[in-house]
Amino acid sequence: MLVKTGIPTEEQVRQVSPSQERLAAGPVAVIECFQEIPCNPCWEACAKGAILGMDDMNNIPKLNFDKCNGCGTCAMKCPGLAIFIIDSSYSPTEAVVRLPYEFYPLPEADEEVIGLNRAGEKLGKFKVIKVQKGGIHNKTALIWVAVPNQLAFELRNIQIERVVNVG
Amino acid sequence: MRETEVLVVGGGPAGMVAAIEAAERGAKVVLTERDDRLGGQLIKQTHKFFGSQKQYAGSRGIDISKLLEGKLSNNSNIEILTETTVLGIYEDGVVTMEGADKHLKLKPKRTIIATGASEKFLPFANNDLPGIYGAGAVQTLMNVYGVTPGQRVLMVGAGNIGLIVSYQLMQSGVEVAAIIDAAPKIGGYLVHASKIRRAGVPILTSHTILNAYGQEFVEGAILASLDDKWQPIAGTEKDLTVDVICLAVGLSPLTELCWQAGCEMKYIPEFGGYVPRKNEFLETTVPGLYVCGDAGGVEEASAAMVEGRVAGIAAAESLGYGLNNVQALKAALKDLEELRSGPAGEKILKGLEKLLAKGETAC
Amino acid sequence: MRIENHPILSFNRGKTLSFFFNGEEIKGYSGETIAAALHAAGIKVLSHSHEFHHPRGLFCAIGNCSSCLMVVDGQPNVRVCVEKLREGMRVETQKGKGCLAQ
Repeated sequence: MLVKTGIPTEEQVRQVSPSQERLAAGPVAVIECFQEIPCNPCWEACAKGAILGMDDMNNIPKLNFDKCNGCGTCAMKCPGLAIFIIDSSYSPTEAVVRLPYEFYPLPEADEEVIGLNRAGEKLGKFKVIKVQKGGIHNKTALIWVAVPNQLAFELRNIQIERVVNVG
Repeated sequence: MRETEVLVVGGGPAGMVAAIEAAERGAKVVLTERDDRLGGQLIKQTHKFFGSQKQYAGSRGIDISKLLEGKLSNNSNIEILTETTVLGIYEDGVVTMEGADKHLKLKPKRTIIATGASEKFLPFANNDLPGIYGAGAVQTLMNVYGVTPGQRVLMVGAGNIGLIVSYQLMQSGVEVAAIIDAAPKIGGYLVHASKIRRAGVPILTSHTILNAYGQEFVEGAILASLDDKWQPIAGTEKDLTVDVICLAVGLSPLTELCWQAGCEMKYIPEFGGYVPRKNEFLETTVPGLYVCGDAGGVEEASAAMVEGRVAGIAAAESLGYGLNNVQALKAALKDLEELRSGPAGEKILKGLEKLLAKGETAC
Repeated sequence: MRIENHPILSFNRGKTLSFFFNGEEIKGYSGETIAAALHAAGIKVLSHSHEFHHPRGLFCAIGNCSSCLMVVDGQPNVRVCVEKLREGMRVETQKGKGCLAQ
């Protein structure tokens, strides 16, 4: 249970997931924010006005999936790193999960990384197809990872295997 | 004797904003800070802040600190005294301080206390072993000086500080073995918990630390599960090999100066301890003495900054400075209300209700 | 250990300094505290409790708790968590409550 372990339930995730039709149509955000806290940068960041219900900043953001074009601005802004972009139109068998990442080092495009689920369990090795850096002010990167379709709602973090010299 | 219009004690988020607000309205301000730099805990916060744009949401604490420092140094009404510790507030309104091995005296017309909070401790066997730190110490070592506290950490406390510092440890390349909390639920924001959990760190609720062990420094800790009466369950002991135990078990307001000044004080558990009684403009029962930020009740930094606004405007207003102060105060109070209006603010509202309640015994 | 790479922060360390811990030469950087430099060198035991002589280390790192009192250049009870490093400084483990040099 989320409040005991930090892992949202399947039911919670299902409630914030777009329809199969919307997923097939191209990139879309999935906002895995399940608690009323005073926070609204996602709403302030969305140029499409796709995030609704934030007239009180304590509300949980609601996404209009049809207005969302999956640009990822909200995902890079979210202080809780709780927004993911799913692109199920990537290939017939694979989807791309774009996830916020704030660890050193960043992976590189074409690098194979270990994929982790919401419990931090290993799902296998997956290819990074793009690293979208946050810039000198934001610093939160979006890592684009290609996964088999059935893992688009499983993979939520990555681990890099490279040996890093930390000094 | 040196005089000033507004003295702000403490250069953290609340004090910096209070100084800026008072000075921008025309008051002469002296801002004292015991550390050698301003920013308080902001300079250790690598995460993005919650709240809305008005409270710098989406910006990291370190960047907010730089922004506020810029505003302070551009204002000729503000004199900043770093490495200066306020020692006492006397009956005649004279404030004494120590800076650069010198004893200074200052007579301000208004004083704003923004001294923050100190960390609470936890009783368990061997809790004095080297390698056991307050969460703030770990942040100072890591994020100010770039030194890691060790290699493998047990975090005690799953409130926002425990969760945030765990994440910061991981960003510094340190392994977090587990986060434990005696409460049956995670106290901090669940988005923080989720981002740590998906990196593989277990969060163990209803768990406590029985003892630490080690010869010269921490070598491990014994944990146990707690029953619904918060008592350790025999047979559930776990041995965890760690070289760091980090305590994030709450904060207490630093109110020595309020006590000394003769403020009426009240014990408010929701605020972390004794806090001065205050009106909605944050003036204590000692006329001209204001309190803002954690010193008046432990809360988030976003709220501390808005309280700084309230105290700064109110102090300037009482000296006859500034235009449209009423609107500015109303706007700030509305921001505070917004920040506290959700479930996350319930505890603060409950504390405020107790603090404002009439007819109860206070010190 | 010193952090060399960080996803958010960059550490602009000052110039290298030498100081002495119980006679042993250690390197640190200007701008950092004695405690930070000792920590980076792996030294965790900073003092001992008066009665039971338990080892004590850094706890609060902001000058509140007195867990890190040491003798610095002959002066006892210096809070090494807030005292900045200087070239040639002599930092020693304190025995007992400390007395001022005559």
